[in-house]
Amino acid sequence: MIVFVQAAGGFFSWEWVVNHLDDIWDRTVEHLMLTAIAVTVGMAISLALSIVALRYRWTYTPITWFTGVLYTIPSLALFAFLVPVTGLSVLTAEIGLVSYTLLILIRNTVAGIDGVPPATVESARGMGYTSRGLFFAVELPLALPVIIAGIRIASVTTIGLVTITALIGQGGLGFFILRGLNLFYSPIGTTQIVVGTVVSVALAVAVDLTLVGVQRLATPWSTRRAAA
Amino acid sequence: MVDKEGGGVIEFLGEVIAWFGDPANWFGPAGILNRLREHVQITVAATAVSTVVAIPPAVWLAHRRIGGSFVVAAVNIGRAIPSFAIVVLFLPISIRLGLGIGFWPTFLALLFLAVPPMFTNSYTGVAGVDPDLVEASLGMGMTDHEVLMKVESPMASPVILAAVRVAAVQVVATATLGALVGWGGLGRFIVDGFAVRNNVVVFAGALLVAALAIVTDVVLSSVERHVVPATLRSRSEGVESVVA
Repeated sequence: MIVFVQAAGGFFSWEWVVNHLDDIWDRTVEHLMLTAIAVTVGMAISLALSIVALRYRWTYTPITWFTGVLYTIPSLALFAFLVPVTGLSVLTAEIGLVSYTLLILIRNTVAGIDGVPPATVESARGMGYTSRGLFFAVELPLALPVIIAGIRIASVTTIGLVTITALIGQGGLGFFILRGLNLFYSPIGTTQIVVGTVVSVALAVAVDLTLVGVQRLATPWSTRRAAA
Repeated sequence: MVDKEGGGVIEFLGEVIAWFGDPANWFGPAGILNRLREHVQITVAATAVSTVVAIPPAVWLAHRRIGGSFVVAAVNIGRAIPSFAIVVLFLPISIRLGLGIGFWPTFLALLFLAVPPMFTNSYTGVAGVDPDLVEASLGMGMTDHEVLMKVESPMASPVILAAVRVAAVQVVATATLGALVGWGGLGRFIVDGFAVRNNVVVFAGALLVAALAIVTDVVLSSVERHVVPATLRSRSEGVESVVA
């Protein structure tokens, strides 16, 4: 405590950081878990809806319209809608987070598969692929660079949104930002705001770079085609 | 907390409707109308200032083809910084600058979040104009300035308008968080409702905020449709948007 009082004139307290490394680590892991669950569930739903949209073309417009409306609703409002139903829970956070991944993931999955050269599809058919085999063995792998580009955007966006779930009792690193907000007049508060922000941004950059690496390993034939 | 039986949900929605039906919730400094005015006011101010700050330099730099790599960095960083963190971070900054709580930390955070995507999208719009068109205009004897004003800017106008719309929607969303740093706006209902555990107010606030965001998007989309010539319309696709 004495240390904090002494630092009270400053903006940032290294002592606080050193004394709370365990805490910061735990919240970082929580942040990553919330993000990983949201993007994984989001990708599963998006893949299913993309298959529907590719099979029945007329559904693409209503699907993107609906996910577009979800995307337009401000995050605090979306979480607030869910609180009366699912409470201040991880489920509330995840439903909101998943909702925001859908538009980007569906758009990129459909665009990726549409971008597979017709000649390749034709040859695969000629070689005797069934439509299911064609989809999983040819179209999906070739669409992977565009799909992973979507996953990168969805992941970075989700990492940012996880911080807001602090307001409904979750939050990962957003916990520090919210606690810092309540102590904003003291360096202990500002330190926590800065730590929450910086670690969250660092996490986003690290996850983005990891996914670039995954994409290079998964699609060694297309390093040059990687769309942003 | 509402139980999940149909009766509970209907009862809850009934309470929400009753809340909207009570004139006491509409008028006065903490009423819906005043909160809406505050929300719209800061959104218009932040979007207008961002437009002035971001678009002219973006158009000029793109015309000169300067700063392409900066543009890519701006999008990625913009997406990685949580809007919640920015709003909160600007609170101590604003206090240190002597600007206090409420309007200024919210306004500065909104500018900080709206300028990068607006800059990037406008830059991309101008840089994406068909080089053959620019070549042809120069060949017809247009000056550099004329190419910028009469060819590149109109051709990029759909993308630039879409950039303004996307930024405005994002500003509406982020302005909701202004309630955390002492600003009013419609976010007040959600934040205060959370504080006193009143789900009816939380839900009503969420409805108002979501409606304002969607109305903003729809209104600015229709402005785009009326202003942009049909032949240029498809060019506004691919504008970067960020959720807040």
